[in-house]
Amino acid sequence: MSEADTRKHFKKQDWIVIGILLAGILVLFLLQTPWKKTSGGTVIITVDGAEIGSYPLGADTVIAIENADGIATNTLTIKDGAAKMTEADCPDQYCVHQKKIRFEGETIVCLPNRVLVTVTGGDAPETDAMVR
Amino acid sequence: MEQKRNKPFNVKRLAFLAILLALALILGYVEVLIPFSFGIPGIKLGLPNALVLLALYLLGGRDAFCLSITRIALSALLFGSVFSFLYSLAGGMFSLLVMLLLKKTGRFHVITVSICGGITHNLGQLLVAAIVVSNLKIFYYLPVLLLAGFLTGALIGIISRELLLRMSYFFRKEL
Repeated sequence: MSEADTRKHFKKQDWIVIGILLAGILVLFLLQTPWKKTSGGTVIITVDGAEIGSYPLGADTVIAIENADGIATNTLTIKDGAAKMTEADCPDQYCVHQKKIRFEGETIVCLPNRVLVTVTGGDAPETDAMVR
Repeated sequence: MEQKRNKPFNVKRLAFLAILLALALILGYVEVLIPFSFGIPGIKLGLPNALVLLALYLLGGRDAFCLSITRIALSALLFGSVFSFLYSLAGGMFSLLVMLLLKKTGRFHVITVSICGGITHNLGQLLVAAIVVSNLKIFYYLPVLLLAGFLTGALIGIISRELLLRMSYFFRKEL
């Protein structure tokens, strides 16, 4: 180990690397255009990369998501124009703790079951009203 | 010192690595209890990475690699699953490779190295996740994961620097 690794102050090259990384992260955030959230109209559910169905966000419903073997692994609940994973049979339950999604591009993933739920555009009632 | 590092077998080095491994395992288990999340469940501090950094700086790349891979395999056996093993392995190996290369240049501060390690760790995990779900939509999480990697990397880097400042003293002659 050299002294340079733990010296008190950062050198120019450290700031350059950190600056580039932060700028890159900021650009990626801006690319998602968080200031103009478009309400999505539909949720698309894919399992293993294959789309298994799309559901309008406008209608409240409960969807059982099945894997390729026909076993129901996850439950998606659509309520008040937002979708939320309410049940999963995996031990970590990360997808269940994820916040509900309603805007275009927002996504819920369940990695163990390879389930991905994402919101896409479409004619939600609110969007119609805004266009008029 | 450089020559001694390459000795095939060194009991002190082995004992030190074993201590690091034990610490890394228990820290990996305990850190789940620390609430640290950006609205995405599953983001962790990566405390074991501080010990991998320690091994990288005090013992060298080969030992850091051994430590990292044994920790990932053992923690997957003890607390995890096949999936957690895959993700940890992708993240751990990718970040270690990048940190090793950055360290080799000898121009960067340990905190900078750690930040890059944190970011590449999350990037590697996201890439594996994208392959597993075979869907690119998952890159929706990219910015927040990279930011989380940056912040946790910085924190781990600060911890590692303090540890290194105190511990390198013992190692100057010993290993």
